[in-house]
Amino acid sequence: MAAIGSGQVGRSVGRLEGAAKVTGRAEYVHNLRLPGMLHGKIVRSTVAHGRIRSINTEEARTLPGVYRVVTIDDIRTVVPVPFYGPAFHDQPILAVDKVHYVGEPVAVVLAADPHVAEAAAQLVVADYEELPAVYDEVAAMTSAAIVHEELKPAGTFPDLKHLQGKRNTNVALDFHLRRGDVERGFAEADHVFEHTFRTQQVLHLPLEPFVSAAETTGGANDVRLTIHTASQSPSFVRIEIARLLGWPENRVRVKVPYLGGGFGAKLYIKLEALVAALALLVRRPVKISLTMEEQFYTLTKHASTFRIKSGVKGGRIIGRQCEVWWNGGAYADIGPRITQKSGFTAPGPYDIENVAIDSYSLYTNLTPAGALRGFGIPQLVWAYESHTDMMARALALDPVEFRRANILREGRPQATGTLMQDAAIEAVLDRLAARMNWGKPFARRNGTLRRGRGIALGFKASISPTTSIAIVNVAADGSCTLYCSTVDMGQGSDTANAQLVAEVLNIKAEQVTVVHPDTDVTPYDMATLGSRSMFHMGNAVRLAAEDARDKIAALARELGLPEGSNVPVAELFQKKYKMQAGNIIGIGSFIPAYAPPDHATGQTPNATPFWMIGATGAEVEVDTETGQVRVMRLVNVADVGRPVNPRIVETQLSGAAIMQLGFTMQEKIAFDGGQIVNASLADYKIPSILDIPPAMQSEAVEAEQHSGPFGAKGVGESGTFGVSPAIANAIEDAVGVRLTSLPLSAEALYRALRAAANDPLED
Amino acid sequence: MSRTIQFTLNGEKVAAEIAPHQSLVEVLQQHFDLFGARESCAQGLCGCCTVLVNGSAVSGCLYLAAFIDGAEVATVEHLSVNGKLSPVQQAFIDCGAFQCGFCTPGFVLMTGELLKEHPDPDEDEIRHYLAGNLCRCGAYPEIIEAVKLAARNMRKET
Repeated sequence: MAAIGSGQVGRSVGRLEGAAKVTGRAEYVHNLRLPGMLHGKIVRSTVAHGRIRSINTEEARTLPGVYRVVTIDDIRTVVPVPFYGPAFHDQPILAVDKVHYVGEPVAVVLAADPHVAEAAAQLVVADYEELPAVYDEVAAMTSAAIVHEELKPAGTFPDLKHLQGKRNTNVALDFHLRRGDVERGFAEADHVFEHTFRTQQVLHLPLEPFVSAAETTGGANDVRLTIHTASQSPSFVRIEIARLLGWPENRVRVKVPYLGGGFGAKLYIKLEALVAALALLVRRPVKISLTMEEQFYTLTKHASTFRIKSGVKGGRIIGRQCEVWWNGGAYADIGPRITQKSGFTAPGPYDIENVAIDSYSLYTNLTPAGALRGFGIPQLVWAYESHTDMMARALALDPVEFRRANILREGRPQATGTLMQDAAIEAVLDRLAARMNWGKPFARRNGTLRRGRGIALGFKASISPTTSIAIVNVAADGSCTLYCSTVDMGQGSDTANAQLVAEVLNIKAEQVTVVHPDTDVTPYDMATLGSRSMFHMGNAVRLAAEDARDKIAALARELGLPEGSNVPVAELFQKKYKMQAGNIIGIGSFIPAYAPPDHATGQTPNATPFWMIGATGAEVEVDTETGQVRVMRLVNVADVGRPVNPRIVETQLSGAAIMQLGFTMQEKIAFDGGQIVNASLADYKIPSILDIPPAMQSEAVEAEQHSGPFGAKGVGESGTFGVSPAIANAIEDAVGVRLTSLPLSAEALYRALRAAANDPLED
Repeated sequence: MSRTIQFTLNGEKVAAEIAPHQSLVEVLQQHFDLFGARESCAQGLCGCCTVLVNGSAVSGCLYLAAFIDGAEVATVEHLSVNGKLSPVQQAFIDCGAFQCGFCTPGFVLMTGELLKEHPDPDEDEIRHYLAGNLCRCGAYPEIIEAVKLAARNMRKET
């Protein structure tokens, strides 16, 4: 069998599930129905912070068709300590004693008819003693309103252990990095610049809202759980549910078909603990399907405030101070990881001798915040690339040249001290400048429609250390099946992983069957997040396929066949077993090397297994009479290593950019105090086909990740990095006005234009 | 309270016992195991629940099932016959015009309607006709390509 070179990697294989998706027959949890199933409807808190005085379920219970109304007292009969979370065990299955945000689950109604459950949920009345609340991330640092009386780190992450039992604080993690002497950097600089940037809460808004179902099997003494869930992290769900129940992992089965979008929302525990507890309580299958509105009460992207200060000498940035506050909402979710893992990239892809970073994860009384396509990176790039452009403008330097003079080059230490490897930063910048015709004159126009252009460059580390395991099963006829727990939520992982198997085993990718995550069948994977799968699972899949290939070769030797005899696999099995029988099982396990950062300085020789680079160029047209901005052209260039599937890579880049375009131009969860006032698709507008720029180009530069499978690495988030600052930079280029908060709405820009003309609008 | 309705579903005469508050999507899923039309926003704004009733596209999540009594109903499932995909479906595959696939049946049905009205649509016509369908994965550029490809292939066939 040929080892490599069968041409499967680098080929734009059509998605394996294409026919299922265009015919409406793809399997989603949304479609699942189980015999005897009950539907659950969640009763949610109406106050942002309050002590629960009472929950009156009487009227709901007596509504015909209601099976049961469940509160935390019932849940505790099956899960005595009902708190979960990846970083902190802070989130209860249903509110315990207190509610911490508007929309927090406080009770559940179960009924066979979902309409009955919904009607009865309206009849549950909870009474609260309201407590002072805090909503702003910077205010939360010093607020007298304390969201959680005591911090409860999960114990999973060593850098959170010092927070155990801490009281009277909203800081869920403080991350610090010191490199060189930032004050000396500022003292020696010719110019010092300081700016503050803000981002807003936005929503993942997968079109398949959160949905989970659970069923029990077995008797009183050997009860088992099967959870069907639209989850990006089936292995985590299994482990965390087993922990909550005090069970061994193998009594919890988690199955995940396709996802109707994820984007970081469907990670860790969302509805899974609730449906599991309910199914155990009533011993009937229970399904909970959230509405679009309820997604707004489940998980958002972190709002953030970023104060950035830089010292520049002779066109070189010699000192940079970054203070970042992340609005984590009422439960930590994965926020503390974002605070650290993304926090250490806050100075940007620049070679700066003196750096200080302080990054804070804050609890507030809002919907919890978590990962959203970029894991905090888009918030950071928004600030440092707006800042970079403002400095270039003030110093009368070309924005491309100013960046080129400062970028991190191969082999140079990043702020953590980790040396840059396989990070094509300069190639990405050069390619973007070329595609934008940066050296050529650009017609900005006069009159009321002004044009401008801007660029932005970002980078990201991969969350580490994380593990992936894969199994390749070769059947007696030579056909191959891949077992892995990577979740295909639209990114094309089934197809890409099949291509890796096919490349190694010298078959066609279309011939590989990919088994979807089922923790009774597919091995452990940390999760499908942070663009980690192509690299981590990809490496595991490649190793598994190579293991299978080597075992096939060993079988040929065992049968006395000469080396390279190239006998079809089916004949080997036939010779060995005397009939069509048997399997060859290849196993691959991958965990990259990693060194944790020093607690005081944030320094580490190995912060990440790979770097992702993404840059965006934008051309805009601004109507000075209305503040309306039209993005005329959006160019995205990224280093994704060697693309396994070029078409899917391009779609990932442009899809990510379009999502970030929504977060840049229009999307914002609006709050009145702690109450969301636009929790519907009618009031919260995501990009439609009419919002797409007339010209969009996406491109991966020629690059190779030497430690990746066939040179590949992650791609799902790279297209988001530069979009927001590139557009803000283009707006300033067009009309000379700078916006420092997202979204870049027509109202915000029009106000800024009027203010710049010394004719400000009244509030 | 429940009543029986009779209608034509993907070319077959069928009947269903429904409650007055039930939507068309619920009836398709519960009575006929058809999941291609699916509820997402529940406000008729995203297009995931698109169904054809008497040849016109409706939002199946808002359309009361009671109104389809006597009507001709077609879902995405009627487009492929014995595993053979329609030209629009094939074009969506060829252009990679979807990612998670949740919105895809709605786009496929609306593209079919678009091409009935405009066999050779320009980009502006495509964008305006499909403005009521949302794709959170942002496959819009590929969807526009797929519509153009389907139009070319269908014109060749006729």
